[in-house]
Amino acid sequence: MSMLSFEKKYRVRGGTLLGGDLFDFWVGPFFVGFFGVTTILFAVLGTLLILYGASLGPTWNPWRISIAPPDLSYGLALAPLAEGGLWQIITICALGAFVSWALREVEIARKLGMGLHVPFAFSFAILAYTTLQVFRPLLLGAWGHGFPYGIFSHLDWVSNTGYQYLHFHYNPAHMIAVSLFFTTTFALALHGSLILSAANPMEGTPVLTPEHENAYFRDFIGYSIGTLGIHRLGLFLALSAVFFAAVCIIISGPLWTRGWPEYWTWWLDLPIWR
Amino acid sequence: MATYQNIFTQVQVRGPFHKGPPLEPGGPWVRKGRPRFITLLGRFGDAQIGPFYLGFLGLASIICGFTAFEIIGLNMWASVGWNPIQFVRQLPWLALEPPSPSCGLHVPCPLNEGGWWQMAGFFLTLSLGLWWLRTYRRARALRMGTHVAWAFASAIWLYIVLGFIRPLLVGSWSEAVPFGIFPHLDWVAAFSLRYGNLFYNPFHALSIAFLYGSVLLFAMHAGTILAVSRYGGERELEQITDRGTAVERAALFWRWTMGFNATMESIHRWAWWFAVLCPLVGGIGILLTGTVVDNWYLWAVKHGYAPGYPPIDPPAIDPATLPGAGQ
Repeated sequence: MSMLSFEKKYRVRGGTLLGGDLFDFWVGPFFVGFFGVTTILFAVLGTLLILYGASLGPTWNPWRISIAPPDLSYGLALAPLAEGGLWQIITICALGAFVSWALREVEIARKLGMGLHVPFAFSFAILAYTTLQVFRPLLLGAWGHGFPYGIFSHLDWVSNTGYQYLHFHYNPAHMIAVSLFFTTTFALALHGSLILSAANPMEGTPVLTPEHENAYFRDFIGYSIGTLGIHRLGLFLALSAVFFAAVCIIISGPLWTRGWPEYWTWWLDLPIWR
Repeated sequence: MATYQNIFTQVQVRGPFHKGPPLEPGGPWVRKGRPRFITLLGRFGDAQIGPFYLGFLGLASIICGFTAFEIIGLNMWASVGWNPIQFVRQLPWLALEPPSPSCGLHVPCPLNEGGWWQMAGFFLTLSLGLWWLRTYRRARALRMGTHVAWAFASAIWLYIVLGFIRPLLVGSWSEAVPFGIFPHLDWVAAFSLRYGNLFYNPFHALSIAFLYGSVLLFAMHAGTILAVSRYGGERELEQITDRGTAVERAALFWRWTMGFNATMESIHRWAWWFAVLCPLVGGIGILLTGTVVDNWYLWAVKHGYAPGYPPIDPPAIDPATLPGAGQ
């Protein structure tokens, strides 16, 4: 079967949030649960609607397929299926699937007696998605402000939205978010490297210990954050990156409507040097 | 329940300072600085700070890095007439620009026309190179693998492509990135516009995917380890060689969630490759821009992956078809 050698004793009843014993079983390696069922329903419906939307469009080239949100003239109303209505239903399906997935992670964590860090972290990604597709369009008054579902068309949306504010790199929250994305990747490289270099030492040397990890970083930069600390730091950096990404887009439009380079004139005009 | 989430260390245990295993081979340089405990650091990570190994490479790298930093800073200060207030006020806008196109690939250009930029770049590159050797030598002194050094090499590759290899290939130092906070952002935007939108550069797309993928992986990995820290999951090296219930639960969490799991060692290989590939493929994308491909959008149209959109405006009316037009 698709069970690991030690897996059987962990497959116990309970821990579910909804449905009790009803869906408390596994299919192959996957746990099902009530939220597994809702994940499948939302994901299948959303995928089928994307395929239907693609069939209405001019191309089956996967790079070029694009399901666009409604025209701005529809405001916050429902649109006909072929004119953005599909986008609206697909967005609902996506949100349903994401939230179901997060709650299914909660159930699995409860079953295994684990903390809830992973679903908590995933909720930040859901927040960022909801900010882009729901909160910002709501604040701006039209679903047409959401991004289209397409591989290169969503990149066009990023370009166009960025240039609406002349130069998006000047958005202070975007600066923080990008710095955090780079820092997280940098920290991940260091953490992965450190574990691998201690587990795979020089030829003829037995596997090393956290004492060596600490010594390497103290020799290197004078401080080692430690085995527990690096995971706290990593989670904090990653979640902050996503959080500031959500901030940088929600303030663009609802809070600031001009070019982002212009924003920084407050600094030049500070009373201390005016 | 909140007590089990292990966000902060609530009780700090204080033993003697860790001095670290002996370094080999022993040389004139030794670990310096008396270690100290800082309680606030201990709330989040390890409380001990120090000792520190400076070494010849570390010292030389810091001197070169400081030299580059000073060249950049003093040039910026000079650009506001040595006015200290204006230096602080305009600092985010100030730049040390690369040479103008007229200087081509000359070395050195006149100091005020890119020569200082060349000198700063030279010392910064030297500093990074020496620091790379340091990452390698410190690992070997502890008989460890050299994974940190090779990951760092990937970042240095991107830096050298941007500031040296690509300018060399297109025949002008002026193509390189300026030093400065806003100026380097301006360079990024202008570079993307000049070469037809970098979002259509497949290597840029891959690099972004590895950047976001790295953040995703770190959130998944760090979240998982913290979630099993009540079973000692943060003792990763021990769990690699002697699997305990922490790694079993961590593995089953992902197996039950997405049908697949890494092992305690392989998750760090995933992490290493995602983080390393981000600047590695990014550097390839930069290297191809303006050398092999002049306009990424047109390249995407040619290769059939640029999206097409329905026309928004009604087509223009031919004036010859209007009433009153000459026959």
